[in-house]
Amino acid sequence: MDAANYLYLSVLLFTIGAVGVVVRRNAIVVFMCIELMLNAANLAFVTFSRINGDLNGQVVAFFTMVVAACEVVVGLAIIVTIYRSRRSASVDDASLLKR
Amino acid sequence: MTTSNSLVYLIALPLLGAIILILAGRRADKWGHILGTLMSASSFVVGLYQLSQMLGRSNQARPVTQKLFEWISVGTFKVDAALLLDQLSICFVLLITGVGTLIHIYSISYMSHDHDRRRFFAYLNLFIAAMLLLVLGNSYLNLYVGWEGVGLASYLLIGFWNQKPAYATASKKAFVMNRIGDMGLSFAIMIAFASVGTVSFEGIKEHVHHTSTGALTAIGIMLLVAATGKSAQFPLQAWLGDAMAGPTPVSALIHAATMVTAGVYLITRSSFIFDAAPTAQLLVVIVGAITLLFGALIGTAKDDIKKALAASTMSQIGYMILGAGLGPVGYAFAIMHLLTHGFFKAGMFLGAGSVMHGMNDEVNMRKYGALRKFMPITFATFGLGYLAILGVPPFAGFYSKDMIIETAFNSGGTKGIILGSVTLLGAGITAFYMTRVMILTFTGKSRWDEEVHPHESPLLMWLPMAVLAIGSVSSGFLLSRGDALVNWLAPLFEEHGEHSELLKPIVVSGLALMMVAIGVAIAFLKYSRQEVASVAPEDVSVFTKIARQDLMQDRFNEAVFMRPGQHLTQVLVKTDEAVIDGAVRGVGQMAMGSGALLRGVQSGFVRSYAALILVGAVLLIAAIWVVTN
Repeated sequence: MDAANYLYLSVLLFTIGAVGVVVRRNAIVVFMCIELMLNAANLAFVTFSRINGDLNGQVVAFFTMVVAACEVVVGLAIIVTIYRSRRSASVDDASLLKR
Repeated sequence: MTTSNSLVYLIALPLLGAIILILAGRRADKWGHILGTLMSASSFVVGLYQLSQMLGRSNQARPVTQKLFEWISVGTFKVDAALLLDQLSICFVLLITGVGTLIHIYSISYMSHDHDRRRFFAYLNLFIAAMLLLVLGNSYLNLYVGWEGVGLASYLLIGFWNQKPAYATASKKAFVMNRIGDMGLSFAIMIAFASVGTVSFEGIKEHVHHTSTGALTAIGIMLLVAATGKSAQFPLQAWLGDAMAGPTPVSALIHAATMVTAGVYLITRSSFIFDAAPTAQLLVVIVGAITLLFGALIGTAKDDIKKALAASTMSQIGYMILGAGLGPVGYAFAIMHLLTHGFFKAGMFLGAGSVMHGMNDEVNMRKYGALRKFMPITFATFGLGYLAILGVPPFAGFYSKDMIIETAFNSGGTKGIILGSVTLLGAGITAFYMTRVMILTFTGKSRWDEEVHPHESPLLMWLPMAVLAIGSVSSGFLLSRGDALVNWLAPLFEEHGEHSELLKPIVVSGLALMMVAIGVAIAFLKYSRQEVASVAPEDVSVFTKIARQDLMQDRFNEAVFMRPGQHLTQVLVKTDEAVIDGAVRGVGQMAMGSGALLRGVQSGFVRSYAALILVGAVLLIAAIWVVTN
């Protein structure tokens, strides 16, 4: 199977994630879209690792997973806190920093 | 040169008095006037002691100095705060402290109803101390300190009753006009430093022959500017009339003992400069001649007794300046006239104060009349001063003024004839306006209001007047007997060659007396033969109207200096607002404008930020792609 197909899949996933972040209002969904983008990147890393025949890409993928795990912990905590105080998980409602 | 440790007491005593009286505040109200008078009197005693010491030494050893401390020491430029007492300054010291003390005594009674009498005496002491520093400084820089001190003290005293806005304005006017003169003095010091390298009298005198005439002329003219400011000479004379706002003893002090005599002192002290700069010396004479007529003409039209006397001072100082401008022959006579004038003018001012005291502070002479019967002592002392200023023999003015007239005539050529005629004419006008003052005040019918009850002043007031009257009678004779003052001052000035004698002294005296007689006669015809209106008549000639307005001096100053000055400041304020503030504000506006533009991006919506990051990232990658391919 052509390795390029995995890359196409990765680009597709990343684009879906990016569009989701920009378009969706629900913070949880935005969060999932971010995860999608991270995993798209991971897929690309692993694919490149396969293409090049070394392990560098796979190592970076592990790093990404660790970072993603940390991010989930912190991010979910923030989202839950905001939801508790505002009774809303919409990212547009939390816009106090505007002019 | 002899040194002495006691010179400093001359200044320190009145200065100490001023400091104590100012710091002690209301606690000193009970004894403040006594302390002030004692301080001034003890300074006079120190002066007498110095005189006795001086008399005991030979002519050349008479000047004494005292170094107080090293004041400025920069490279080769050194100025010590040091005092110099020589034959010239001792005359001033005795005049300042002597007449000053008499005025202190007079003020005890004159100001007894004023609840700020202590403050008044503090300022009087400060005035005396500053004036003493002025005449005792051994360099122009030391003199300058006293010069400024005199300006400050006169400002405080002229505006003593500053609760009246007009009086506060008068003191400010005096101060501002004096500042112009002060600028002259500071320029003179700077030029002296730049061209000679020293500012002490002794140093400049030594180097005067190696210095260019141009520099000396510049110094001389700047010193003249200074003298015109302090001595109320043309063209800086306008403050003197308004300075009458101060209490009458202040007027006496300013006009007789301190302040206005400073200019004459400055020119006489700088004789070595003026003798080497004929142009500056000629200007001095011209200023003196103009002022002596200017003041005399103003005096003829004034109904305010103090302002008439003020105009007379201006005119008499004009005589002194003219005398000082005539060179070595004239210095001694200028000083002699200054001393005799100190006596009779102080006496007349105190007399005017005494009249005001008895007349509920009325100053308009048209509201006086027939006061001779009610105030015999004031009449007698004022009358003796009057005879002295007229120059009737054997009163003081006869000796001093006639000598100036004579010297003016004999100064040679057309200049001598012009100056002589001016001084003669001045003597005639002086006789006219002083007779007018006498007639309006003391003779004729009474013109005062019914509620006024004229009475003689108390002992403390008429005693100083009597002492000064004795001075007005005898000082001229004593000072000129055997050329006493001329010989006394001779070592200080250059030798002068014999001048051609245009007119013999007896002829000059005859002419002067004739002019005086004419002046007196006109005044008698005009004011004694006719009824005097108690309100100044309005249907008078245009000349009288101009003279009443001080020969338009204020209008001239307003039109030529004040209004253009105001205009200039307005233009500058507008420039400041439009250009300088505009630039500053413009920078701020620019920052704010660009901020407002960029602020639109900060919407607060996370999604728009994310979109922007995405767009940025895409653009960055596209750019990298474009560059690498």
